[in-house]
Amino acid sequence: MPLQSLFIPFSTIVIKEVSRFMRIWVQTIVPPAISMTLYFVIFGSLIGPRIGTMNGFDYIDYIAPGIIMMSIINNAYANVVSSFYGAKFQRHIEEILVAPIPNFIILAGYVTGGVVRGFLVGMVVTIVALFFTDLHLHSFTITIAVVLMTSIVFSLAGMINAIFANKFDDISIIPTFVLTPLIYLGGVFYSIDLLPEFWQKVSAFNPILYMVNAFRYGMLGESDISITHAFIMLIIFTITLLIVSLQLLNRGVGIKS
Amino acid sequence: MPALEINNLKKIYPNKLEALKGIDLNVNQGDFFALLGPNGAGKSTTIGIICGLVNKTSGAIKVFGHDIDSENSAAKSCIGIVPQEINFSQFETCLGIVLNQGGYYGIKRRVAMKRAEKYLGKLGLWERRNEYSRNLSGGMKRRLMIARALIHEPKMLILDEPTAGVDVELRRSMWDFLIDLNQQGTTIVLTTHYLEEAESLCKNIAIIDQGKIVEDTSMKQLLSKLDKETFFFDLVEPITMLPDLNGLSSKLIDPTTVEIEILRKDNINQVFDIFSSNNINVCSMRNKSSRLEELFLDLLDNNNRTD
Repeated sequence: MPLQSLFIPFSTIVIKEVSRFMRIWVQTIVPPAISMTLYFVIFGSLIGPRIGTMNGFDYIDYIAPGIIMMSIINNAYANVVSSFYGAKFQRHIEEILVAPIPNFIILAGYVTGGVVRGFLVGMVVTIVALFFTDLHLHSFTITIAVVLMTSIVFSLAGMINAIFANKFDDISIIPTFVLTPLIYLGGVFYSIDLLPEFWQKVSAFNPILYMVNAFRYGMLGESDISITHAFIMLIIFTITLLIVSLQLLNRGVGIKS
Repeated sequence: MPALEINNLKKIYPNKLEALKGIDLNVNQGDFFALLGPNGAGKSTTIGIICGLVNKTSGAIKVFGHDIDSENSAAKSCIGIVPQEINFSQFETCLGIVLNQGGYYGIKRRVAMKRAEKYLGKLGLWERRNEYSRNLSGGMKRRLMIARALIHEPKMLILDEPTAGVDVELRRSMWDFLIDLNQQGTTIVLTTHYLEEAESLCKNIAIIDQGKIVEDTSMKQLLSKLDKETFFFDLVEPITMLPDLNGLSSKLIDPTTVEIEILRKDNINQVFDIFSSNNINVCSMRNKSSRLEELFLDLLDNNNRTD
């Protein structure tokens, strides 16, 4: 298939996705900016000075990368899960299914939409963070690579959730009961060195731990996990979720009868 | 090469419902083809499989020679689909919906814009192109789905009950549009509940019932099978009792309306002769239902009896 005939459908899905979340920016861009401002105010400015330092950094500096990463994860996931499930619910997913678009292009289009929203919200929250602290940047390449891979992983996870979802409850259960606990227990607000040895081992099963620490390494040069180990885990998560979501689309699970 | 070739198509849903029991169907290029059947007969399942919205259990489908399994993209490029249910985003404008569909088919924006103007214009929607689709009336939404299905100028247009719930005037204008499209070479496959619609528009017809094709022939041949017709006679003066009608099946519906079933071998003049000799004057007569409707019901009845 000529490259152009793949690029046009891909860019159509991406533009449609970005237009969708920009059209409702009050619901998609503003809330993370407000909630993350509250995190910085409460945990950074009010409680932070009483906590002191964490692994040699002021507490607000230590939690800033985790808070930015938290907003990227939530928004990349939310974008794909709500958009793809919405398309299923309103049945306009059929517009794409009847067209000669390979499934990997459909997946790439939706995931790119999630990545763009993740990046955009991440930038907004970074700007908010600059009002509270001076952010460091240890490695630009690592920082961008981690943001990119994390938003891909959670866009893919959002796609899988949307594929299996049969009602609106199904797209809020995973973020509420799985994603949120994993984020809060993923080292956003503390170093896992503070945990007892048993809970440190349990934390190693939390994928978000690797993402938050790799991002913190990119910004502060400090991580509870070796950066190589974190990247290996990110690559494994990306490939696994990519294969699973592509297989589900190829089999038509949740979208074809 | 047929426009559509279906061989031994079967579909069993996960709940074990056997929606299609091995159907065979050919639609020629340039045809205006009707696929009729009662609710749940398997029409929408067949269309869903052709368009890639339903997974088939077994069988083969070729669209203009392209197998839907091995040459999926080529086959899909030949088809435009107008579904039964409204299936576009309620939060997009008419123009956005049509242009995006062009994008999904790999059509450049510039080309898609020209075609959008052409088809939205022909269907009377160009003036409302920037309105959100949710603000359109039911008939406009159906026309928008037709414009969307034509944006890639498919060789075959499949319409699944396109005029359901549409008023008479709009239905007639949609018929004219479809006739024009067919005359320009587009093969049209239509499912409808309005048998008058199929009778007026279609050259060939297949009737599907309980997942099987029970009739597949030309409209002309099918209608020639009709061996009886039922007429209503409207009388000038009311009557209380029917005269003897030489054994024809008849019923007095009300004092000025008589229903009579006339076999093809019978002479309709005899009815007028009897009425005249009894001083009964007829002011008008009409068919009880369309000829196709009578045949359709007969075929379904026969199929139910043989099962």
